Amino acid sequence: MTDMTPPTGTTPLARREARLAWGLLAPTLISVALVVVLPLLAIFWISFKPIGLSDLRPAAAVVRENLRGSGDDLRIEYRIRNSSQDTEVTDVSLRDTIPDGLVLGELPPQCTLTGRALACDIGTLEPGYNERLLLPASTADEDAAERSAEDSAPEISGRSDSILTNGTFTLENFARVFDGAEFWSVLWVTLFYTVFGTIGALLVGLFAALLLDKSFRGQGILRGLYLFPYVAPVIAVAFSWLILFDPFSGSANALLIQMGVTEEAINFFGQKPLALIMVTVFEIWRYFPLSFLFILARMQSIDSDMYEAADMDGASPFQQFWYLSLPQLLGILSVLFLLRFIWTFNKFDDIFLLTGGNAGTRTLTVNVYEQAFAVSNIGAGAAVAVVIFLCLLSFSVVFFKYVSREEGL
Amino acid sequence: MTLFRHGYVTGPVIGVLWVFVAAVTVSVAMSFATGAAFRPSAFYALIVGAPLGVACLGVRRKRIVVAAGCIGFALGMVMGIGPVLSTDTGIGLRLVTGVALGLAVCWPLLHFLENLSRSAVTRHVFEEAVIRFLTGFGYVFFTAIVAIPFYVMVMTSLKNQSQLIQNPLDFSLDWSLGWGVLRSYTELFRDFNFGTYMLNSLVISVLTVFITLLFSIPGAYAVARLRFKGQAVFSRSILLIYMVPIIVLALPIYIAFSMTGLRNTVVGILMIYPVTTIPVALYMLQGYFRGLPAEIEEAGLMDGLSRLQVIWKITLPLSLPAMASVSLYVFMIAWNEFLLAFMLLDDPSKFTLTRGIASLNSSEIPRQHLMAGSVVATVPIMVLFLGLERFMTKGLTAGSVKG
Repeated sequence: MTDMTPPTGTTPLARREARLAWGLLAPTLISVALVVVLPLLAIFWISFKPIGLSDLRPAAAVVRENLRGSGDDLRIEYRIRNSSQDTEVTDVSLRDTIPDGLVLGELPPQCTLTGRALACDIGTLEPGYNERLLLPASTADEDAAERSAEDSAPEISGRSDSILTNGTFTLENFARVFDGAEFWSVLWVTLFYTVFGTIGALLVGLFAALLLDKSFRGQGILRGLYLFPYVAPVIAVAFSWLILFDPFSGSANALLIQMGVTEEAINFFGQKPLALIMVTVFEIWRYFPLSFLFILARMQSIDSDMYEAADMDGASPFQQFWYLSLPQLLGILSVLFLLRFIWTFNKFDDIFLLTGGNAGTRTLTVNVYEQAFAVSNIGAGAAVAVVIFLCLLSFSVVFFKYVSREEGL
Repeated sequence: MTLFRHGYVTGPVIGVLWVFVAAVTVSVAMSFATGAAFRPSAFYALIVGAPLGVACLGVRRKRIVVAAGCIGFALGMVMGIGPVLSTDTGIGLRLVTGVALGLAVCWPLLHFLENLSRSAVTRHVFEEAVIRFLTGFGYVFFTAIVAIPFYVMVMTSLKNQSQLIQNPLDFSLDWSLGWGVLRSYTELFRDFNFGTYMLNSLVISVLTVFITLLFSIPGAYAVARLRFKGQAVFSRSILLIYMVPIIVLALPIYIAFSMTGLRNTVVGILMIYPVTTIPVALYMLQGYFRGLPAEIEEAGLMDGLSRLQVIWKITLPLSLPAMASVSLYVFMIAWNEFLLAFMLLDDPSKFTLTRGIASLNSSEIPRQHLMAGSVVATVPIMVLFLGLERFMTKGLTAGSVKG
């Protein structure tokens, strides 16, 4: 009799299935690794580098070729230049093809001619250094020679030390980031924006969901309308808000003055505490549709029997909401809170477009852009990005501990 | 609390509050529509609202009350008293405003106070009235906050800057221009290359959708159906990618693209956009695939199809609705994307719409162009969204979506 126990360990079939699974996932994994994981690692590397925006173009040797003079004085001239003012280029060598009909005279010591191929070994170019190589030549037809000489472009190669790959490291970026009061004000602004933006969007979304949690004519239209802020491109709605709240020609100010709420125009996005409140309100306005959609979906899946029973027992509408609906919504509300918290923390476009981080609205993400591009210090920008990343890492721990259990993500 | 639950208290309180809400609404709406000066008055709201709240308690003949209200408010407007005040407007406009105010006040108020009586009421009836009031307020509030920015966007694009600086509230259009009201749009397409931008946006968004589907369908199938070590961890951590802020990725990508010459190319953009959408597409699709009955696929396998054939011939045709919502959602993300386009594209011939709008934001370009650009970017996505709203809402909720 053969053994009837089931096989243990992985069977060939299971192995084949696993292989197929990894094969199907491979494109996703590779692309995510390239575009997400690699840049994240790079950010850590860059944050320890003293690198500015101008260092992105590496130092290189540049050459220009000219045929000058005429008759006995005819010569090929190569002008060689180091493009950088502060980095040397080493092992510079020049290669060119001398056109037919051009006979070279005495070569400079760096150069050798094999057949028609010219090779010059120039060595090291100091920062900002210019060098001129002169090669006397003679020819029968000067015009043709000039044309053909300039047709064959010379090749030049050299090695320079890129700040990105060399061994220089610094802690200065982090020192800059944590420097003085600025960091704490940025952190405070980020927290204010994140906490109030998240809670506000949730509450407003809950209110909107309660409104639409009944069927009436036009419910579909209203639901579509209330999703507009979320669906429209952020740049379009941000500029509409800017124009609506413009201090000189904005309708909002005109309306407020006309109604006697304020005497003179308010600079909504340019005053210190108000600008932060306005960007938070914008965040709430733009993202309440998302919470509203999720909460509504959850509400509509609640059994209506429960409410009928509560009605029979004499529970008032507010009691029904407080003791029946809210406990049922707690799951989705906490998931939404955590997700929105992280995404609001990450938000960049909205504030960047509305205030550019001015008037006390600079959050951590805006600070990345500010440091890297406005101040042209990429290293410092990367250091801020590292700080953001570490914050997010701690958020994700919370996320995994609570949320994934809650909704089975 | 019990003191409030009396018709003679609840009625006037709701009356005052609603008259004020209606007055503000009518003033704002009339100001935006005509550009004339209307303003609500809290004082008159108090004086008119309290007795009206009592009068509306348990009324049977609603039409008579509404008609009386309209006439009353219209007369008040003409005489210059009432919850909405306007000093320098013509009599016709005031009459229209008065009637509108009468309707806006009386119909809802009668509805709010329908079950209340002129005596103590039960908690149930009281709370229902409060909820009806809050619901009415909610509709007005949400419609206003959503509609006003879009109204301003569209109307600004049809006016010109000097008119708007004179009276920022006057959105009335000069119809004598005929098609000329659309002049900022024609200028946008003629002088500012918006045709190219629109085409670029369209091409990039459609390609992003295709690449995303191409990558995420096999991945989602593997996560949903196949057994392998790490499947559980994988399906949980897909969304973790969402926790990474784009600006953190944009910096190294900018550096790498600058050094390799991929910056300022459509190819470069197409290398990044799909990766930002693949995780959510994969997550949405795997949820859907899990919901499909596995038996059909197993039957296919028994009949001699390979796994890939099963995906192609059975799973995909069954999941067309899910793919429609994923495609729409990915299209929306790619169409609306701003940050990467802004950082990576410098050459106007390669601009996407959002990047093109950003380039209009300068003091030399009048802002009706900026708004016209915004309308051009918003309208296609809105049309698509409204037309396929069912798919979209389903997709949004299924995907636990990123913002």
